Order: sequence, then C-alpha cells, then structure tokens
Amino acid sequence: MTAKAFTLDELKTILLEAAGVAEGVDLDGDILDTEFDVLGYESLALLETGSVIEREYGISLDEEAIGDARTPRAFIEVVNAQLAPAAA
Amino acid sequence: MTASVVITGLGVAAPTGLGVEDYWAATLGGKNAIGRITRFDPSGYPARLAGEVPGFREEEYLPSRLLPQTDRVTRLALVATDWALADAGVTPGEMSEFDMGVITASAAGGFEFGQGELQSLWSRGSQYVSAYQSFAWFYAVNSGQISIRNGMKGPAGVVVSEGAGGLDAVAHARRQIRKGTSLVVTGAVDASICPWGWVAQLSTGRMSTSDEPARAYLPFDRDASGYVPGEGGAILIAEDADAARARGARIYGEIAGYGSTMDPKPGSGREPGLRKAIRIALADAGAEPGDVDVVFADGAGERTADRAEAEAISAVFGDRAVPVTVPKTMTGRLYSGGAPLDLAAALLAIRDGVIPPTTSVEPCPDYPLDLVVGRPRETPVRTALVVARGAGGFNSAMVVRAAR
Repeated sequence: MTAKAFTLDELKTILLEAAGVAEGVDLDGDILDTEFDVLGYESLALLETGSVIEREYGISLDEEAIGDARTPRAFIEVVNAQLAPAAA
Repeated sequence: MTASVVITGLGVAAPTGLGVEDYWAATLGGKNAIGRITRFDPSGYPARLAGEVPGFREEEYLPSRLLPQTDRVTRLALVATDWALADAGVTPGEMSEFDMGVITASAAGGFEFGQGELQSLWSRGSQYVSAYQSFAWFYAVNSGQISIRNGMKGPAGVVVSEGAGGLDAVAHARRQIRKGTSLVVTGAVDASICPWGWVAQLSTGRMSTSDEPARAYLPFDRDASGYVPGEGGAILIAEDADAARARGARIYGEIAGYGSTMDPKPGSGREPGLRKAIRIALADAGAEPGDVDVVFADGAGERTADRAEAEAISAVFGDRAVPVTVPKTMTGRLYSGGAPLDLAAALLAIRDGVIPPTTSVEPCPDYPLDLVVGRPRETPVRTALVVARGAGGFNSAMVVRAAR
C-alpha cells in the first residue's frame, strides 16, 4: 500500500501545525537531509509533532527511534516503519 | 560604592496602548480602557468588566515557531521586550550572552493555555494535551522565552509576589547588575482574562461587580467597591549606569531606592507594612520625603486598603503634601504588570514634566491626599515614588530619579 506512505509534504504540514516555522527557515527548500537543529526544531517540537502524527494516523511511534531521528528523512522512515505493518 | 542602575528602554503592552508613545498619549488624555470583557462571554459571571489589550496581532510580531508554544501573556511579554530593546538601542546579538539577564514577575503564568489543555484532557484524552503544556503555563515562562529568543544567558528568574512583584523583579535586576551583569530585561506582563483565570481571580472576593466602566474601579473614592482586573504591563531595560553612558545610551532615570515589607498577621492589630516599605525605599535612595515630586499609589479600590495606603502616605509626607496619582484607574489592576507600567509612567513623567491623572475618581475628603484628578498636572518631576501591594501581605516601594 504505497499510497499510505508518509511523505515529506505530510511531515511539513504537521510540523507547521505542531511547531510552526522559525525565522529564516524555508521548509520548501531541499530539507530532507537537513538536521532538525538547523531547521529550528528541538526535541520538544519533535515530540509534539510525533504526538500529532500518532493521533492523525492512529499509530504508536517508538519514542526512542523518534528521538534518534536527526533529519526529516530519518523521521519519515520511523513513521513509515510503523505505518507499513498497520497497512498490511 | 555600589553601582548606579538606570533604565534605558521601555516596552509597553497596556489596555491603553501598544507601545510607549500610544500608551503615554492615552494616559495623559485620560482614556478609560475598562470595558465589558470581549475575550469570552462574561454574562454568567458576577464580574464582567476588565481592561483588555486591544488589537494585538501576535502573528505580525512573532515567528509562527513561537505561536503553538506560547500563551497570550508570553506573546505580549516577548513583543514588549522587543520594543524595549529597540527603545534602548540594544542589539542582543552584539553583546556577550552571559552579560544579559532576564528577571520578570508573574502572578498567574499562562492560564489561558492551561485552560485549553485541561479542556483537551477531559474532553478528548491525554494524547491531545500539547507537549508545550509542560512549560507554557509556568510562572517563569516569560523570563524563559525572553531569554531564549534573545540569547540571554546571564542571571534569570521570576518573582511571584502578586501586585508587588513587578517592583520586586526590578529590585532583583538591580541586585544582579550590582553583582556585575551589564544588562537585565525586567518588569512584568500578566494576562489571564479567560474563564479559568477569571474564576481564580473572583475567588478573592475583591473584584468590582459594577457594570459601569466609569464607576467600577474607584480608588480613594467614597464609592470604592473593589477593583477591575486588566492585562498587560511593561518591560524595562535596566543597565549599569557607567556601561549605559559608555555606549551613549539615552537614560530615562535611575532606580534610586527600593524597600519591601510583609504585613503582620491578620488580626494582630499591628500597623500594615506599607509605611515602613516607603521609608526603607527613601532611605535606600538617600532621599527626604520633600524630595519626592509625585507618588504613584497602589490604589486597591477597597475602603480598608485605601485608608491604609492614604495613612501610610500622609504619615511619611504629611497631609496633602505630595501629589498622588493612580493612572491604573484607566487600565484596571494588571497584577504583576501594574507596577512596572507605573514605573514607565513615572519615568515618562520625569522626561516630560507632567503627572498623569487619576480618572473617574471623586476623591473622598476623609483621605488626606493631594490626588491629581481629571487632567494631567504640569510640574517638574525629578524624583517619583511607586508603591505596590500584592495579595497576601506584600508591600513594595521604589524610588526613581532623573539621571544626574
């Protein structure tokens, strides 16, 4: 079920809702491998973002894996790892 | 020799105006900002009037990154800080981060944010409570967010002593500057005009239940029947005087003296502590009562407390011997934010040689005060005393003086 995969666009939408965007940061740029620190999101912002994703997708995220994800690409992989078995 | 501490920047977010000049023009013009609450429907509550800050659009001033994690009170405080720093001509990024501190006062923290999260908790469940609730409600949140936004890593803290807190914070800022910090962001902003905040305030039993904006909050009037709460306050930039002069800063005035006391236990029959706080502040400033050109009174708006304040002022200065004013008749009582706003008014009175008026009040002749009512009084002001009391027995007094 590739249609259910979590994408960068979905992450950006939820980041904006949960944590807004810092001054001088362009989320529409090539950010897949930019560290969250550089994008202005610290652990609490990512905790809140993970919490919104859990509610909207009805899944439970591995807190440790989310905490270890330093870039959008890594974060998206963690979310998809949970979504895939749910969709199977 | 202890260092002289001066105020070089003011940032105001008040019911009577956003920004120093709007606020000051409205204050001298006697504009009454008390009105029926608009932030929620007050019809089911016994008190329905407040001084609300009008037309504050946070998204114009703050990045969206800060909005999901801040209460209204913190947004007002952050913007007032930006204005105060700009007014002082300070760019935080150009200073050493450990040379800048943040010490504010708070009486309630972010109540409205907390209300929203509690509503989410009981209506939808714990997974709907924001991670930001961990700090957004907290007393220290304004100090914390100001510190983070401006990269200020010097001494930080919050003082919680209700209406006296704003003066206590400025006094603590002075202490830290004397210990070697160059600059401290200080003052206070409080804002909790939301249903949860409102019922907490109602529990004091001291709020006015009048529906007439011009007759609801009348300190030193025979018809005094309680106070009207408001939101907002002022942020001040306090600096070491020598450092401020070295960078060519404009100086509003010096924090010359401060005193604080606690009232004796209720029922003890002993005198309240206000007179002593005023005497300590004058002694700290090396000032005689005759040096003081105006007193910004606390103005509780309740007969017993008004009498106690009038007696304290006349005991120190003599009957009707010093002009007294209560500009908070225009804004309502702003809890921690009230006294810093009075400090800002006192410094502007020094700058412009004019005492702002007490509005709506017909002075009760029982109190031996020279109350400045109706319109501003033009007179040179070199030294001003600001008095503030906090629920629970806090008394504080602060002397500000024109820069020498």
